[in-house]
Amino acid sequence: MNFPRILKLTFWKSVAIVFILLGAIAAIERYSMGLGATTHLVDTFPWGIWIGFDILVGVGLAAGGFAIAATVYLFNIERFKPILRPTVLTAFLGYVLVIAGLMVDLGRPWTIWHAFIMWNPHSVMFEVAWCVILYTAVLALEFSPVVFERFNLQRPLKIIHAITIPLVVLGVLLSTLHQSSLGSLFLIIPGRMHPLWYSSIIPFLFFISCVAAGLAMIIFESFLSSRAFKREIELPLLTELSRVLAVVLALLFTVRIQDLMSRDALQYVFQPTYQSALFLGEIIIGIVVPFSLLLFKKIRSSQKGLFYTSTFVILGFVANRMNTAITSMEHWPQRMYVPSWQELFVTLALGTVGFIAFYLIAKNFPVFVSHHEDAPAHPAEHEWIKDLELVSKLN
Amino acid sequence: MTNSKALLIDVSKCVGCRECARACAEANNLPQEDATELSATHYTVVQGINDDQSFVRRLCMHCNEPTCVSACLVGAFTKTETGAVLYDESKCIGCRYCMQACPFEVPRYEWSSLSPKVQKCKMCYERVAAGGKTACSEACVFGATTFGDRDEMIKEARKRIDESPTTYINHIYGLTEAGGTSVLYISNIPFEKLGLPMNIPNEPIPQLSWRVLSQIPKYSVAASVVLFGIHWITARRTEVARFEAEQKKLVERN
Repeated sequence: MNFPRILKLTFWKSVAIVFILLGAIAAIERYSMGLGATTHLVDTFPWGIWIGFDILVGVGLAAGGFAIAATVYLFNIERFKPILRPTVLTAFLGYVLVIAGLMVDLGRPWTIWHAFIMWNPHSVMFEVAWCVILYTAVLALEFSPVVFERFNLQRPLKIIHAITIPLVVLGVLLSTLHQSSLGSLFLIIPGRMHPLWYSSIIPFLFFISCVAAGLAMIIFESFLSSRAFKREIELPLLTELSRVLAVVLALLFTVRIQDLMSRDALQYVFQPTYQSALFLGEIIIGIVVPFSLLLFKKIRSSQKGLFYTSTFVILGFVANRMNTAITSMEHWPQRMYVPSWQELFVTLALGTVGFIAFYLIAKNFPVFVSHHEDAPAHPAEHEWIKDLELVSKLN
Repeated sequence: MTNSKALLIDVSKCVGCRECARACAEANNLPQEDATELSATHYTVVQGINDDQSFVRRLCMHCNEPTCVSACLVGAFTKTETGAVLYDESKCIGCRYCMQACPFEVPRYEWSSLSPKVQKCKMCYERVAAGGKTACSEACVFGATTFGDRDEMIKEARKRIDESPTTYINHIYGLTEAGGTSVLYISNIPFEKLGLPMNIPNEPIPQLSWRVLSQIPKYSVAASVVLFGIHWITARRTEVARFEAEQKKLVERN
């Protein structure tokens, strides 16, 4: 370990330290002084950014995991294997951070085990909780080969390989369920949400947008990782993904506009309210701009183009979740919500820890592999790929 | 529920003396202080309308099919046989979904507590279960809050409206709102002016999420079949390709 290099303070390192320190102080205050003293949550505004951002955005951005796992293992499109592991790691860390965020937001976090034995299947929250619990376990198992390989544990590796397909199917099911259920949470409050966001198809909208966000996160994370680890980016794969992203964005836009029209809610878009301004921001930044950019082959095949496009999608996604959880609830001007500094820094600290954890794990475990990881289980794999090439040349 | 009790709140008879709120505070060991908004220490409040020309009481509506009962993931809320909707704090994890979900924005939170509980009117469950009346209905001498079997209270409300059609708005609030509640309002001034939410659907609200949740098991089974099927079909393709390639290799070797 090169001590002088680690201790050297770069700008981002200083930012990270500040975020983590303030976040830790904020968390300590939350536990010692209670939610009332450390958040701006009130009776008429019981959910803030810890739900709106930490949970809704955190879970959504982790959606890439099930998308790529399905692509590789269910659709058997094996060329995407190189981005499978980092994406699953992003997803796993995302869910761990969501649970950490929950531990701060819940009024009685030490009772969280109640969810295991006290069931109310009529509650959307119940479904969200269980899908998150089970899916985090699935992600841990999907990521375990990385750990087993590092420590050369062959037996566990073989077991995981044997159950990979059922695990991936379960992962896709659980993901689809809870990604949409986070939207379903809001089905029960038609009277309290602004019509720009309340819809009976909100679960469907949440699902489509999380697929878009997941794909954007894959591109975003690949770009950052290639810079951090000085490795080549898998540009052809990302270019392919960006076309899928473009289609998903188009679908999202179409479904949202159709939904607004069918509920006679399009009128609200053009009213001079700050809700309509935030709605337009969300749609333009998150859908219209990135979709337009992706229409250009030059952008789809350029690292920078893809990176900026994916950033727009992610920002739009964040805006959508925050608008759903916070903006749509605000009854301007009677009640407003602005996060307290404690709420802000717990959120920032969690995100920072996520980045650092990803970096450390990727540095010390075979997350980015140059060859496919299941060498012991499929010894003939490389050979038959070469044979296929031979076959295709003969034909 | 035949035993289900209800409160009838007659806005035309309320003079704003707040005895109901005081009796409630005493019965529940809450601090005696006037307030106009529900809170963790105020299960019921009396609000002045139009510069105190009229008054309206606010409290938990004790819905027949409560949203909070369906929303709570650990089942901390129950609709009891007396009609009261009760909260079991021993189950609560503090997610506050009940507060988000309630269409009447009733549940309040002990924000300053380190082990916070949700607080709301209990319809004096113990007293009523023992055959008594709620503290608020006993305290009201003007007949603005009366208590009895829900069917009787509906009949009484209907009777008052029919006997004085020029006084009362022809609507019993809580009869069908949210599928029916155990707190009913009749009023001489328009309900919108009372601050009661006017956009409550006339069917039980839990249906809005149950409609979606109830479909999950069967769609999950169907989806699993599709997903396994896709894997099988696409894996078969690569398996066939591999087999043919190996065949070619064998042919070439010979």
